[in-house]
Amino acid sequence: MLAEIGYGILVVAFVTAIYSVAAAAYGDRTRSAGVVESARRAMLLLWPLITLSAATLIYLLVTNHFEVAYVHKVTSRSMPAYLKVTAWWGGQAGSLVFWSWLMSAFASLVALRRWDRDREFLPWVIIVTSVTTAFFLGLVVFVENPFSRYWQTSAGEIVTSMFTPANAAVFYPADGRGLNPLLRHPGMIFHPPMLYLGFVSFVIPFAFAIAALVTGRSDDRWIRLTRRWTLWAWLFLSFGLVLGSRWAYDVLGWGGFWGWDPVEIAALMPWLTGTAFLHSVMIQEKRGLLKQWNMMLIILTYALVIFGTFLTRSGVLSSVHAFAQSAIGPAFFAFIGVTFITSIALLIYRWPELRSETELKSMLSREALFLLNNLLFMSVLVVCFWGVIFPLISELVTGQKVTVGPPFYNRATAPLFASLMLLMGIAPLSAWGISSIRTLGRLMWKSIALALLITAFLFVTYTRNALALIGLFLVAFVLLITLQEFSRAARARMRTQGESFFTALWTLFGRDPRRYGGYIIHISMMLIAIWLLGIGFFQMETQATLSVDDAISLGNYRVKYESIAQFRGPDNRQVTRAVLGIFDSGGTYLGELHPRIDYYADAEQNMTIPGERATLKDDLYVLLIDWQPATATGATFKVFVNPLVNWLWLGSLVFLLGILIAAWPRREAGSAPVRVRRVQRSDGSQSSTTD
Amino acid sequence: MSEKTNTTPARRGVPVWVQVLIWVGLIGLLVILAIGLNRSQRGTLQPGDRVGNFDLTPFSGYEYNSQAQVSLESLRGKVLLINFWASWCKPCEQEAAELRSAWAYYKDRGDVLFVGVDYVDTEPEAREYLKKFDITFPNGPDVGTKISQMFRIKGVPETYFIDRDGILRYVQVGPFSSEGQIRAIIDPLLQ
Amino acid sequence: MSNGPFGGRTRLSSSVLLVLLLGIAVAVQMPQTVHAQEPTPSDDEVNRIAHQLYCPVCENTPLDVCPTEACRQWRALIRRQLAEGWSESRIQQYFVDQYGARVLAEPPRTGLNWLVYILPPLIILAGVVMLFRSLRAWTVPDSEETQKDAQEKPSASQADALSDTYVARLEDELKKRS
Repeated sequence: MLAEIGYGILVVAFVTAIYSVAAAAYGDRTRSAGVVESARRAMLLLWPLITLSAATLIYLLVTNHFEVAYVHKVTSRSMPAYLKVTAWWGGQAGSLVFWSWLMSAFASLVALRRWDRDREFLPWVIIVTSVTTAFFLGLVVFVENPFSRYWQTSAGEIVTSMFTPANAAVFYPADGRGLNPLLRHPGMIFHPPMLYLGFVSFVIPFAFAIAALVTGRSDDRWIRLTRRWTLWAWLFLSFGLVLGSRWAYDVLGWGGFWGWDPVEIAALMPWLTGTAFLHSVMIQEKRGLLKQWNMMLIILTYALVIFGTFLTRSGVLSSVHAFAQSAIGPAFFAFIGVTFITSIALLIYRWPELRSETELKSMLSREALFLLNNLLFMSVLVVCFWGVIFPLISELVTGQKVTVGPPFYNRATAPLFASLMLLMGIAPLSAWGISSIRTLGRLMWKSIALALLITAFLFVTYTRNALALIGLFLVAFVLLITLQEFSRAARARMRTQGESFFTALWTLFGRDPRRYGGYIIHISMMLIAIWLLGIGFFQMETQATLSVDDAISLGNYRVKYESIAQFRGPDNRQVTRAVLGIFDSGGTYLGELHPRIDYYADAEQNMTIPGERATLKDDLYVLLIDWQPATATGATFKVFVNPLVNWLWLGSLVFLLGILIAAWPRREAGSAPVRVRRVQRSDGSQSSTTD
Repeated sequence: MSEKTNTTPARRGVPVWVQVLIWVGLIGLLVILAIGLNRSQRGTLQPGDRVGNFDLTPFSGYEYNSQAQVSLESLRGKVLLINFWASWCKPCEQEAAELRSAWAYYKDRGDVLFVGVDYVDTEPEAREYLKKFDITFPNGPDVGTKISQMFRIKGVPETYFIDRDGILRYVQVGPFSSEGQIRAIIDPLLQ
Repeated sequence: MSNGPFGGRTRLSSSVLLVLLLGIAVAVQMPQTVHAQEPTPSDDEVNRIAHQLYCPVCENTPLDVCPTEACRQWRALIRRQLAEGWSESRIQQYFVDQYGARVLAEPPRTGLNWLVYILPPLIILAGVVMLFRSLRAWTVPDSEETQKDAQEKPSASQADALSDTYVARLEDELKKRS
């Protein structure tokens, strides 16, 4: 009964979305504001409808309605309630409902904004947003229905169907299969929603871009309108990627955080174009340049979002991440075909009108450096895209299956990311109209010298690895230049306005939050880079089989095997838990670690949970690999010492701060008092000007 | 936004060669995705398909008629049971006894042959498995996964029944439940 | 010496010695059982090789990390091969022959696979060339500033003039923004 209601509501939502598209198109064609308004209201209706349906689904999940096929697939009696709720996005069908729910929420936010200006955009924003929502709803309604139930026919077969088959009665399994154990972890609660939020929120800037293309508006109004959307979309996507990495590190039990798995890359690609887009829209806003390029970037970002979703869900690529194969592949393929072809055709059609008078002061001007930034991001994109597509091509052409793995990606992207870091150091200086290498050098030499000094110090005390040292030099360089920018600006204000250092900083953030928030984000990126360098270059690893009271030494740690126990844990898993004593190289006792293997009988799967001891300097990470209770050969442990892991968390916090600042609404004009300004020159003369 | 004046360059659309490049690239990508999708949706070889030739180099001691290689084509005229298995595959153990006794039933006939194909396995463990379950019919490793790719197997165990004319007649995914089940499939093919 | 090196107790000592020697000979022949001592080659050496290979069955999982029974067998195989003195490339080649090119972390540099390695640098290079040419076409240097730059001599007052310009620009920007 409930399943039928839930499904029926989704059908209504689907029809409403289709109506919204049709009405918007019709209203635009006949220039009827009333019809467009009804389309807008229809779009507003979507979120409440989908929320109702989702609530039904969640209720079915939490109350063990195993006759519903989806509930049977992703929950079991032994799971705690909160995990049953998160099972909503634990499988293909439910996660499509979740996608639709998020998409409709953003559609409502767009519909609720003030539309008194830019009314000609409204129909097209509605069309693009509602088409996307309708597509995902359509997938749920027609292909992957979470409300389908099990029926037992009179012949004794079990079939899955939404509506009653002939001569069949509902079949009630005793228990469900349960959520994949890998997904039963707090990290799993946040990583997919965060990623989906990022994907979904990039649809809105895309919708405005298409609206601008269709209506022939070649100015940058659409960018101004979606500036904050883009920032938030980028925030969500970045966090989704960071959380995914952290979750992989904490839970998946292989001591790493990024495997260059095709599905990971599918989520990275829109982030790359999104970051490029974030930067180049600043140029368009200021100088009216790069209109064509920005259109291309946002179309590419949307295309990569849909493409990434397709890759993950269609079974075209096999990966540890991928959902099981299903019939949504062809549907997605059709959607990709239609959206790609339409967007590109539209862009080509409007191409001449987007042309602008591009004039740069120098090849080192801010605009030029931003373009270089874009080139580097696009280069990383090319490497990633080709690496993902090539195994497909190879299998089709030669029949040979190949793997494109980390060596390829690391080798290709490392110099590109290093160049980006170098650019992060140079570009802020270009904001002041610096146009020659000489003037640039004058501003940079102090930071370069100090960074070299720091690198030399690290060379002597910490490492001889050339690549790591280059990376550390770049990190130091960018940090120093960015801090220098803050200090220069603050000191200038102190000098001219007589403000204290902190008031000056406050004013900077208040008056120009985008630039200074952006600098904070750059600083956070460098903190994250410290983490990457640490775990990339300085990770130590060893594996050994120990008898009780034996120890492994690695780095500054000594790990002693003390005991092991097996017991039945909550939600029906068998836990094998080892107790290890940790000592430092001097023999001081540091604590205990408890790596364990959880065996889930219902899913017939093992989870290896590491024991971790985290400090700012490094992480001691221990895995229990094997223990055979029947024999007495001892237990096998793998020990990692991962330096600088917690700089990721530090970097993420700073990142959040930076985005909040950058997205902060600006103070109104005219609030600064008029003051007589005295400019002190070094030759002792003074002059005064008024603000 | 910018007006057309005498000093601005004439506004051109996208040059034709660029357009061609873009469309060719896009269509190419869609074609690749379509084919890839199609392939991933294909199941295993289906009854009615003709089975191509393959060569299997058996483990020593598990040859057929002391031949160094077992070639499918040379076995035309016999009813064949091709069984994909691996030593690390737990469900395979469930059907090992059934296969052994079914082979014992058919092996003296001369017109039925069981061939075991060991899927991505290691030889010592494979031999242990064969010895443990007393399997004697010809068996060999699937070098380079060529044979399993030809049959497009989705996992192990899977068993393929080929009639005397080289046509695939039955696909068993998963272990057999009984020896009778095997016989019920082979006997009609012997007519 | 006719009495043996230990004099009169030669016969007992030499019997003891003989028994000892025999015992050692037997012990050396006995199959070694692996106890909790480190097996040679070490786990780390096995993992180092396994790290560069991918599990032939599970997708995109490196061999040193993969927890399945099959992967455990393959790591044991690597251990045996290392003990027999196989080199790293020989082990890799064996895995490729047995299980296909899929087990390598990168496509082998043969035939069509060259495209993987060649195409991205080519495209990136094309991008660099395009960008460079566009930048050059778009750059219209501001004549007064370039002349001033050319005439400037590095000196202390220069730094101040620069910072004055900087301050002026900063205030300008902040005003424009609010």
